[in-house]
Amino acid sequence: MKTVQTSASSTYSASPVQQQVVRSLKKRHRQEKLFRFAGMTAVGISLLLVALLFINIFSKGLPAFWQHGIELEIHFDPAVVKISEQPVLQAGESPQAFEQRHLAWRSEVGMVNFNRLIQDALLKVIPDGAQHRRDLARIVTSGERFALRDRVIANPAIIGQTQKLFLLTDANIDVWLKGNIDRSLPDEKQQLSPKMREWVESLKAEGVIQNRFSWALFMNPDSRSSLASAGLAGAFMGSLYMMLIVILLAVPMGVAAAIYLEEFAPKNKFTDLVEVNINNLAAVPSIVFGLLGASIFIGWFNLPMSAPFVGGLVLSLMTLPTVIIATRSTLKAIPPSIRQAALGLGASKTQAVFHHVLPLAIPGILTGAIIGVAQALGESAPLLLIGMKSFVASVPSSAMEQSTALPVQIYLWQGNELRNFFEARTSAAIIVLLGLMLTLNGLAIWLRRRFEVRW
Amino acid sequence: MKIKNLTKLVLATAVSLSFAAQAQATRDTIQIAGSSTVLPFSSIAAEEFGNSFAQFKTPVVGSGGSGGGLRQFCQGVGTNTIDIANSSRAIRPAELDSCKANGVTEVIEVKIGYDGIVFASRIDAGTFALQPVHVFLAQAAQVPQNGQMVANPYTRWSQIDKSLPDQAILLAIPGSNHGTREVYEEKVILDGCKTLPEVKAMPSADQNNFCLAMRTDGRVVEIAGDYTETLARLQAQKDAVGVFGLSFYESNRDRIKVATVSGIVPTIDNIIAGTYPVSRPLFFYVKGQHIGVIPGLQEYAEFHVSEATSGFGSPLEAAGLIPLADAERAEVLQTIRSKKSL
Repeated sequence: MKTVQTSASSTYSASPVQQQVVRSLKKRHRQEKLFRFAGMTAVGISLLLVALLFINIFSKGLPAFWQHGIELEIHFDPAVVKISEQPVLQAGESPQAFEQRHLAWRSEVGMVNFNRLIQDALLKVIPDGAQHRRDLARIVTSGERFALRDRVIANPAIIGQTQKLFLLTDANIDVWLKGNIDRSLPDEKQQLSPKMREWVESLKAEGVIQNRFSWALFMNPDSRSSLASAGLAGAFMGSLYMMLIVILLAVPMGVAAAIYLEEFAPKNKFTDLVEVNINNLAAVPSIVFGLLGASIFIGWFNLPMSAPFVGGLVLSLMTLPTVIIATRSTLKAIPPSIRQAALGLGASKTQAVFHHVLPLAIPGILTGAIIGVAQALGESAPLLLIGMKSFVASVPSSAMEQSTALPVQIYLWQGNELRNFFEARTSAAIIVLLGLMLTLNGLAIWLRRRFEVRW
Repeated sequence: MKIKNLTKLVLATAVSLSFAAQAQATRDTIQIAGSSTVLPFSSIAAEEFGNSFAQFKTPVVGSGGSGGGLRQFCQGVGTNTIDIANSSRAIRPAELDSCKANGVTEVIEVKIGYDGIVFASRIDAGTFALQPVHVFLAQAAQVPQNGQMVANPYTRWSQIDKSLPDQAILLAIPGSNHGTREVYEEKVILDGCKTLPEVKAMPSADQNNFCLAMRTDGRVVEIAGDYTETLARLQAQKDAVGVFGLSFYESNRDRIKVATVSGIVPTIDNIIAGTYPVSRPLFFYVKGQHIGVIPGLQEYAEFHVSEATSGFGSPLEAAGLIPLADAERAEVLQTIRSKKSL
């Protein structure tokens, strides 16, 4: 400090202002360095946290995309599968009557003991299985008997044939083979009996039990009676229905509201009030929309609980302000010269907006809409309040049927009591959800890059 | 062109809304909510039901605790209310009154089996051999000492009894929305508390209030969520002792170990024999007015109680439910068939 001052004053006589500048220089440099350092640390820490999150989720979740199953020669023994002929539509029969007969036939097929087929096939690969029937019955997950039933219903001609099928093993076998349970624990702490562990190990070595890509995770709905076959199909369809409703409701309504407010509405106290309220609405916590949905849509309108339709309505309310704000800022960014040129050539106000301004604003509107939809896709809090956290074991076939959603499915799996299996399954579900969100956001970025016009 | 598309969209939405309004009149899926202890059993029964009866849809099972489920159940009659409430305790008279006040006059009680409540600690923590009175002394606001009631001085289990591990007291108990809480208080806390001579000397009207008062220094944590949350608490704090359902413990034997209560190990056999003290029946309640309106409701109730679904060797027994005795089962089935209301 001293040296700077003396050298400065010795070479030329500086004014008091210059002296002050020189004196404060070091301090200002220090402050700048400090700020840069703080900024870099902030970036570093946030990157580290994101990396930690991803490493944690991916290291747990990626193995769950592969799952152990057993390859068995299933003989559809006519002695076990004793069913009558599949009904065919007869001339002059009404569709309802045929449907009744078909239903009765399906119930009859449902009565067949398909476990017997699985056990017979298992006995061929496990010679000493007959002495340990109880253990034998636990090898293939219980839901696979319905897979066999569905095969027979789809094609009764397979009765009498032998088919090589890949059936999922019990969740605890998958846990054991993946090492998700401490193998050194004593027998009474293990989920599998010593006999089962011995079989499983040797079958795995022989290649009868294999770790294959888990289609069940994507093709099956949730399951609790057969944990190994629990999948995301039901939740995915539920989320899809809700997204469709959000796109159909929130996007057109939001865009129309924004166009009116931005291009047509008079600027007065009332529109100011509307604008302030829209901005406030965007800041309302999502759980509040859930309460609103539960009391209005379910309480007053008597809409069913757990239905994606109600979920879609609630999420639309939540997404609406996002869409309005994004659309308005896009419209604001279109230069006035476009409107003026159109008006100058004799276009009406509506023509100017819809023929000239709106087409230029489309990329921005789409981006806003997609980001709003992605936000809605990841939302879970309001859905819990309208009953969408229920266990649903079927894939919904319409938006009025009970369903869950992807983020809620994550919540449900997180609460499943078989922790060893579902910790990985939950992380896999998170990866699927993250993948969808990234795809949507990527689409938004691509649209913006591709179509955006810079002024 | 653009405007036309927009109007079409708006019209389509309006049409779908009006369809929705019509669709609400019918619901063909049974809707269930309530106890998180019963939830796994109920879900398995629902799934098997959907798979066994081609003509009915798979029932939908929600959670919310016994109290939450019964509140939803008692909201009224109609397709926007639930059909069945799962409960890990019997319905209270006050709840039944509120049901009746809201028009739910036909409430059919169905007992499905039994379940044990266990105390468990982390696999790497101390092993507990608890007496009910130990648990009372660990959680009470005031404890008797030298004939006087003093604020709970215990901070370690070994201070309560030499036989217990030298481990800080931290108890994770179910929140008041859970049916498990009621059984825990009745069979552990009150039983333990009333063995103390100082408590016996109190007027009986004051006993319950004294026994159930909990310390508020953070050593007793009420868990409002399900058992996974209790397990997470144990994973975060090595010293914690949690209250779980027996079936939850069975699925996580590699992470937690159970405590004996009054010297008895909680096993299915001991609970059936009645030697393990902390067990309770599990129930579900059917809204009688919905039978015949919601397809499959009565069939589901019968299916759930049937020997094949919840008897010995059934999927529910494999999941940890302790089956009803044959005579009880016959009685419950009779109640369902005759639609005998409470």
